[in-house]
Amino acid sequence: MARVSVRNVWKEYGAQVVLENVRLEIADHEFVTIIGASGCGKTTFLKMLLGMETPSRGQILIDGEPIRPEPDPDRGVVFQRYSSFPHLTVLENVMLGLELGKSKLAGRLFGGARRAARAAALEMLDSVGLAHVRDRYPAQLSGGMQQRMSIAQAVIRRPKILLLDEPFGALDPGVTADMHELILRLWAENRMTIFMVSHDIQESFSLGTRLLTFDKLRHDPQSPEAYGASVTYDMPLTRRNARPPAALSA
Amino acid sequence: MRRLINQHPGRGASLALGALPFIALLVVYIVASHLRLAENPNDKLLPALGTIAETFHSYAFEEDRRSGQVLFWVDTWASLKRIGAALAISATLGMVLAVAIGVVPRVRAFLSPLLGTIAMIPPLAVLPVLFIVLGLEETAKIALIVIGIAPCIARDLALRVGELPREQLIKAQTLGASTWQLIVRVVLPQLWPRLIDSLRLSMGSAWLFLIAAEAIASTEGLGYRIFLVRRYLAMDVILPYVVWITLLAVLADFGLRVLRMRAFRWAEPER
Repeated sequence: MARVSVRNVWKEYGAQVVLENVRLEIADHEFVTIIGASGCGKTTFLKMLLGMETPSRGQILIDGEPIRPEPDPDRGVVFQRYSSFPHLTVLENVMLGLELGKSKLAGRLFGGARRAARAAALEMLDSVGLAHVRDRYPAQLSGGMQQRMSIAQAVIRRPKILLLDEPFGALDPGVTADMHELILRLWAENRMTIFMVSHDIQESFSLGTRLLTFDKLRHDPQSPEAYGASVTYDMPLTRRNARPPAALSA
Repeated sequence: MRRLINQHPGRGASLALGALPFIALLVVYIVASHLRLAENPNDKLLPALGTIAETFHSYAFEEDRRSGQVLFWVDTWASLKRIGAALAISATLGMVLAVAIGVVPRVRAFLSPLLGTIAMIPPLAVLPVLFIVLGLEETAKIALIVIGIAPCIARDLALRVGELPREQLIKAQTLGASTWQLIVRVVLPQLWPRLIDSLRLSMGSAWLFLIAAEAIASTEGLGYRIFLVRRYLAMDVILPYVVWITLLAVLADFGLRVLRMRAFRWAEPER
């Protein structure tokens, strides 16, 4: 269960307003895709959901509770890059979340507990198609494989919310299609609410159940930082006719 | 003809090219020594290789008449003990400080300015203080090396912690890592190979401080011996000692490099 309420959220850095008055109610198990021009605050919005940034005004609630002002296991994340651990093998990367959860002091498991975590991680790797490279290091994987690993690593902790920050932005088009299939399957299997920032309009329409666009509502040419962005479109998508309207795909 | 930047020597050629300057230096020495000795057989500046070998043999394989000790090995052991202890202490201190400063913002605010200032103190300037406070024994010598290199190691490693992508630290937190778990599972393991790099770079300064300390107050040690026999212009002792110190440093450097390659395969650049 993860309903997300965003209540009149503002984000300001000094005089610069990044987001203004964002108001949203997101239902459980929604797949929210977010698009918008660069610098329009979509990544800032994601960072606030993650707890990396706190709103200047307003608040964000998960299931009625204010979110913690730091990252926690309720909210998993996949960044575009750097979100795996270069010193751990693929298998160890995926096991890490389980080990951290169960072993407070050493951060690693031994004996039977370790075998159980290993088996769970192997199953997860199998389901994302990485079982054959489990003993390699992330640097030895292709970009697509690295993102699969990163997704597996996040999902194995069973977060209520999964945050994806342009996760497929650096991938080849052929690989991206596979990744879409993977993320939809994991979304269906694990009951999580997904927020995905993307710069690919087609992708945002085909994956999401709800699409948000961020843009500035007002613009002051004398001082462009005076007004922040907010949600300009908020449309529910049905999976059947997931096509961008002509106005957006142009 | 390919450009110079694209012409790579083969394995054998590389070895030969690398050996060439050493051989050239040796030849230059032999010729110069020969010329000087031809002019004045009592010349002490560039002793013949044979003289050096004789002297070295007496230092390394015969007991000293006065002390009954084999001086070369006594000196070597004394120096290695000092530098080994100092490196171990510096590495430990450097790691602990770097992790605390790099990971915990409060500790960074608290200790970072102090560390930056201490690193700027010229270690040799406080050597008298060390001798006064700690006495002329081993402690002062080890302390000099530690003061000389530990702050640099700590600062270098703290920078390396800062270079870890923020995404990694966030990701670890979303996997449930506490500060402690973050340190033991994410930060420390990635810092070990950096520590080895840092130690390799500090090795030169460590030897410098060791020899300085031994030159000033000691009763044995490689640096002590060199400065002792300097009074008699005993180049036949000084030269092999310098070669030996260099060799020890090169071996230590090589050992650390191999350790890094073996133990931290993930940190090696892809070929």
